[in-house]
Amino acid sequence: MTESFWKDGDPIADTAAPDGPIETRWDRRKFSAKLVNPANRRKLSVIVVGTGLAGGSAAATLAEAGYKVRSYCYQDSPRRAHSIAAQGGINAAKNYRNDGDSIHRLFYDTVKGGDFRARESNVYRLAQVSVNIIDQCVAQGVPFAREYGGLLDNRSFGGTQVSRTFYARGQTGQQLLLGAYQAMERQIGLGNIEMFARHEMLELVIVDGKARGIVVRDMVTGEITTDLADAVVLASGGYGNVFFLSTNAKGCNVTASWRAHRKGALFANPCYTQIHPTCIPESGSHQSKLTLMSESLRNDGRVWVPKRREDCGKPAGDIAEGDRDYYLERIYPSFGNLVPRDIASRAAKNVCDEGRGVGPGGLGVYLDFADAISRLGRDAVEAKYGNLFEMYQRITGEDPYEVPMRIYPAVHYTMGGLWVDYDLQSTIPGLFVVGEANFSDHGANRLGASALMQGLADGYFVLPHTLANYLASGPYEKISPDHEEVVAARTQVEERIQKLLSINGDRTVDSFHRELGHIMWEYCGMERTEEGLTKAIGLIRGLREEFWTRVKVPGTGEQLNQNLEKAGRVADFLELGELMCIDALHRAESAGGHFRAESQTPDGEALRHDDEFSYVAAWEYGETPTLHKEKLDFEYVHPSTRSYK
Amino acid sequence: MDIQVRVWRQSDPSDKGRMVTYDVKDISPDASFLEMLDVLNEKLILDGDDPIAFDHDCREGICGMCGMMINGVAHGPERATTTCQLHMRHFNDGDVIDVEPWRASAFPVVKDLVVNRGAFDRIIQAGGYITAPTGTAPDAHATPVPKPDADAAFEAATCIGCGACVAACPNGSSMLFTAAKVAHLGLLPQGQPERDSRVVDMLEAQDEEGFGGCTNMGECTTVCPKGIPLTLIGRLNNDYRKAMKKR
Repeated sequence: MTESFWKDGDPIADTAAPDGPIETRWDRRKFSAKLVNPANRRKLSVIVVGTGLAGGSAAATLAEAGYKVRSYCYQDSPRRAHSIAAQGGINAAKNYRNDGDSIHRLFYDTVKGGDFRARESNVYRLAQVSVNIIDQCVAQGVPFAREYGGLLDNRSFGGTQVSRTFYARGQTGQQLLLGAYQAMERQIGLGNIEMFARHEMLELVIVDGKARGIVVRDMVTGEITTDLADAVVLASGGYGNVFFLSTNAKGCNVTASWRAHRKGALFANPCYTQIHPTCIPESGSHQSKLTLMSESLRNDGRVWVPKRREDCGKPAGDIAEGDRDYYLERIYPSFGNLVPRDIASRAAKNVCDEGRGVGPGGLGVYLDFADAISRLGRDAVEAKYGNLFEMYQRITGEDPYEVPMRIYPAVHYTMGGLWVDYDLQSTIPGLFVVGEANFSDHGANRLGASALMQGLADGYFVLPHTLANYLASGPYEKISPDHEEVVAARTQVEERIQKLLSINGDRTVDSFHRELGHIMWEYCGMERTEEGLTKAIGLIRGLREEFWTRVKVPGTGEQLNQNLEKAGRVADFLELGELMCIDALHRAESAGGHFRAESQTPDGEALRHDDEFSYVAAWEYGETPTLHKEKLDFEYVHPSTRSYK
Repeated sequence: MDIQVRVWRQSDPSDKGRMVTYDVKDISPDASFLEMLDVLNEKLILDGDDPIAFDHDCREGICGMCGMMINGVAHGPERATTTCQLHMRHFNDGDVIDVEPWRASAFPVVKDLVVNRGAFDRIIQAGGYITAPTGTAPDAHATPVPKPDADAAFEAATCIGCGACVAACPNGSSMLFTAAKVAHLGLLPQGQPERDSRVVDMLEAQDEEGFGGCTNMGECTTVCPKGIPLTLIGRLNNDYRKAMKKR
């Protein structure tokens, strides 16, 4: 009966990736790409939506190369993109620690860490250019942590056994983003980028089968305008906010991607959500978001819960050493507290499900620094993690130097996104997708410190070459703003806004968003079942119908109207949520952050089914979504059971 | 806990604006200040009133988007805290709390508590960067940076560009913001070639945007959520004098 939720379509393939030795694929692709004469570049225009690590770096690099760039973000300044909140670090295969790291090892760890659901060619390229990213950022003045000798410091991160993570205290994302933002502002100053802050993309314009522009709303005046160009780049981030509570910034949304999906771009692996193990637990019903504590804390913090349920209500200090269960160290002795995110998250859920969780509602485990403080001294711990400890204290009112932190898993990052080929081009010619908005590099689970790497790799080093190849066939025929496709796209936007404002019902946008979030977390969160997902699809359909009859959006469209903005985004989340559940339903295996209860080993570990599911699920929009499969081949890293024991 | 908030309401830049009083009942002490406003807004929407517009995004104290005057203090009563990281446990049951937007001529009010801080971006455009085109950088280890310099650069680089310094300054000066950027880049070897032109260009841009002059009041550093120290302004002034001598 579940078959009726989707249709099977033709298989698809990534035809842009070169074959042959993996080490030379990217170099060969770059060499085969067509070039654009510098004098012709200024005649070519590109729209970049989003100004985070991927979009900011792409806009800056394209503008440096001489293309005319117009850049959009919904925030008041490009510097505020949510990449800014990444704390821990960025991986690179520099082998500065001489601990056996290499491009091949970073490639290997990432393919394995992604549970063999990522593409080898893409991941190899990511590992290759990671080396250049660090050089580029240092040249821009990113103040990475340094050793006393003046060389760069490194640390290790979940899922790896080498120290390859570069970091800037607990603010790596902010520092890397400022680098990209400053490069971008320089180009804005030079007139090569035109920046539109407080503008939101609400529709994609396709003419003759090619992406040729976007429809945007000026969030201050409400004016709806169309921008046309030779190519469009989406760098609009992930969609974790479909869960309402997540570690994403409040404004993060799926609208740009979803509008493109509705216009024909395939959406790949939507159900692949990363649940991050180290978040501050929820404190009450007022809560609007969850806050992540950097995974780097697991380098020195030890995770435990009481062995006995009856001890859970006691203060941590009153529980004797022998009565504590350091469950990660016990179950996974070789990785211990540094197991990958999916493993650590599920282990926390399991001990809490057993009734051994700590804190309000029993939804928390301890992350304890007592050992580290006695071994390294309080000052050393403070130097490494001081700002994180302070942040924790601010939010919870507890001092983590005195009592252990409490953490619990939360929705963090989405590995799914618009389907792209090796050139980062979607199934719509001229529509390129970079960073978290695409699906390509992380598989079913993302290792720590690799999101920043992917965003910058795409924006600084990959897209500028592959997009140039596309632009080399341009300039494309000039489109008039009166073209029927352009007018139609703008009309769609205007009608949708009018509809949202006219319902004038009795429920707020946030109330729908919260309810959707509950459904998603309950049935499409860390653990999923066929029964639960089927139920969720029905619930979401009902909720969506209710939304379009009962939502209340005050004010008008011709003003700053934050509820109108939210309403449009939640309307899209209500559609995406259903697709996520359908994707989760069809994938009857456990992979990465996606744990299907029906598919587990006798000792409760995730069980993949490589023979059936070694593919990317790329969905085509329709009343009933159509599933296109892209087969994944593993020539260099052979699928094996991921074991961290 | 129950509180009363008196909020600045201004429908658009041309509106004169006024303080409006609202009661907020039964708010959790664990809620953040912005979550308290969320709760109030939900009620306003259902009552058919216009909800209060305010800027916010990451709610983790790092994006720099939130910011309002709370009882006359930028980001409220807690030191080194953004508004999103300020929790209701720092207030008392029955408190009356005044909430207003940043007030500075260089930051015009857009609506209610939302202001336009685009002037900061334009100061960065004038020189707040290192010119390093993509793809040709030398190996990161080619230029060692002494750890104390790297650490000091990092401290300056923690500025989140929220604008509290400007809002707190009686002159509406953005010196702390500019000084943080000038110090961040000027402390690194990579930032030396443009050190002189950077400070001159950024200060010129700052004046053009209508920010006031710095008279060393120190209000800026008191409210800075990232604790950017006043000494950086001295450093900026030194850099500026040296750069002007070479002209």
